[in-house]
Amino acid sequence: MSAQVTTSVATEPERLRRRPRHLGRFVLPTYSWLVIAYLVFPIVVMIVYSFNRVTSGLQLVSFAWNGFTFQWYREWSNIPGLTSAFWLSIRLALVSTVIATVLGTMLAIALVRYRGKRFRGRTGFEQILFLNIAAPEIVMGASLLGLFVTFNVTRGFFTLVLAHVMFSIAYVTVTVRARLSGFDVALDEAAYDLGATPWGTFRLVTLPLILPGVLAGALMAFALSIDDFVTSNFVSGTSAPFPVWVYGASRVGTPPQVFVFGTVIFTLGIVFALSSLVVSKKKV
Amino acid sequence: MNLPDRRRSRARGLAPYLLSLPAGTWLLVLFIVPLFIMLSITLKTCSPASGACVMTWQWGELPHVVNQYRAQFVTSLVFAALATVIDLVISFPIAYWIAFYGGRRKNFFLIMLLVPFFVSFIIRTLVWEFILSNNGVVLTFLKGHHLMPSSFHVLGTGLAVVAGLAYNYLPFTALPLYVALERIDRRVLNAAYDLYANRRVAFMRVILPLTIPGIFAAFLLTFIPAFGDYVNQEILGGTANTMIGTVIQNLFLIDSDYAGGASLSAVLLAVSLVGIWLYAKLLGSRTIQDYL
Repeated sequence: MSAQVTTSVATEPERLRRRPRHLGRFVLPTYSWLVIAYLVFPIVVMIVYSFNRVTSGLQLVSFAWNGFTFQWYREWSNIPGLTSAFWLSIRLALVSTVIATVLGTMLAIALVRYRGKRFRGRTGFEQILFLNIAAPEIVMGASLLGLFVTFNVTRGFFTLVLAHVMFSIAYVTVTVRARLSGFDVALDEAAYDLGATPWGTFRLVTLPLILPGVLAGALMAFALSIDDFVTSNFVSGTSAPFPVWVYGASRVGTPPQVFVFGTVIFTLGIVFALSSLVVSKKKV
Repeated sequence: MNLPDRRRSRARGLAPYLLSLPAGTWLLVLFIVPLFIMLSITLKTCSPASGACVMTWQWGELPHVVNQYRAQFVTSLVFAALATVIDLVISFPIAYWIAFYGGRRKNFFLIMLLVPFFVSFIIRTLVWEFILSNNGVVLTFLKGHHLMPSSFHVLGTGLAVVAGLAYNYLPFTALPLYVALERIDRRVLNAAYDLYANRRVAFMRVILPLTIPGIFAAFLLTFIPAFGDYVNQEILGGTANTMIGTVIQNLFLIDSDYAGGASLSAVLLAVSLVGIWLYAKLLGSRTIQDYL
């Protein structure tokens, strides 16, 4: 009898809980897919226009659809300025990613492992990292330009690396820290107790465990660097990376090869992201 | 404690400082010091003729410049606020859906939210210029079906700028909202249902209050970059509706008016700091890092 009373009480909220289902089953998914379609739409347009024929004498992307062609993929490297800007961006992203990943990972380890009296100034670091991520990029770019002008530093590849590492460190640190905070310090202590050197402990115990976080941070730094326009525009001088070159060219007219580069980078990025998703699922 | 032990513990006492030294130096020299240099430039007075600046310890340029570009500040404020509100409205339901109904496909949907980031910011904005142009896909279609007067145009108006800002910063809004919603303890929600809350009450009194820090973080992470943005305005807005970012960029890179540019940047920075300070004051500074 009493058991029956309990079940009848339990079914009431059960019924209420079931009510939102139609929302989750139909309205929200439809809406969400529409939002995703909106996010993807310009990318589809970019890919489609990278196959658009050009009828006018000037080889610039036109708004009208003139027919399908592979011409721009065959002639992807026909614009020397664009190609060299692209390779400059790749070099820049590689160099700044390596530096930012090493420095950011070290900082993340310090922030997670050492708290309170063991690491004075930790709070200050946290605040600088947040400010670095939240500050408007134009302020960072402009103030860097002020620094380089004040100390007469010639702007070029070197200043670009300085700037890109500066805005990437915080993102790497935040990403690695997220991975580290679920990490058992006792594993390190065990390695120490078994006579491992600090470097040995790091190389054989800590690093393998945080490696997914470090790689995610490195990927983030690479993406930030290769896409950066605002800061680069301030500190690049005469050596324009890919986004700065594209922006400058677009004020006159966009060559179709820009969309070819965009399409190729997008495809590589999405394939990488989805395959890492599949790999991480298999591991679990 | 024997000798090697003590030496080891001293080395480990230094460890946090040694580990944070390189990143700290980099950020100090290339982030903090430049900000102070910029602030010091605002204290200088520059002669417009020679471009030479003398330290006068007065905010000579600041009120003058702020006054001069008041309209651009207002435009930036309105555009950024509109774009942020649009983004919050668009992304809340999808963040909610992924957090509560995403199931095993959560990561896939998160990648879909981040899809715009796989295309360069400049190219994304250029494509929107294409889409919104008079011969572009959208307007040609709408005008072809007589859904819109043929004189109607979007490009070169504030509407295009707000649309571009809203598109480009949408993931910055959606992700913090997702993090906040994802973190809500399902047991709390079930408790609300067990206590006979209906769906609306549970949403208004449990989900929404628990999401407020996320909404605020999303607001900051969208509004601050949108406020300083000038790419969307320059590509989509034409010469009208100049935003403050455009002015700063022109003062620095075209007019070489460093004092003016620095003063405006300082105001921009101050606006962002006030936002962050408000967040820390109202919701505590510890939670803000959770949304990065």
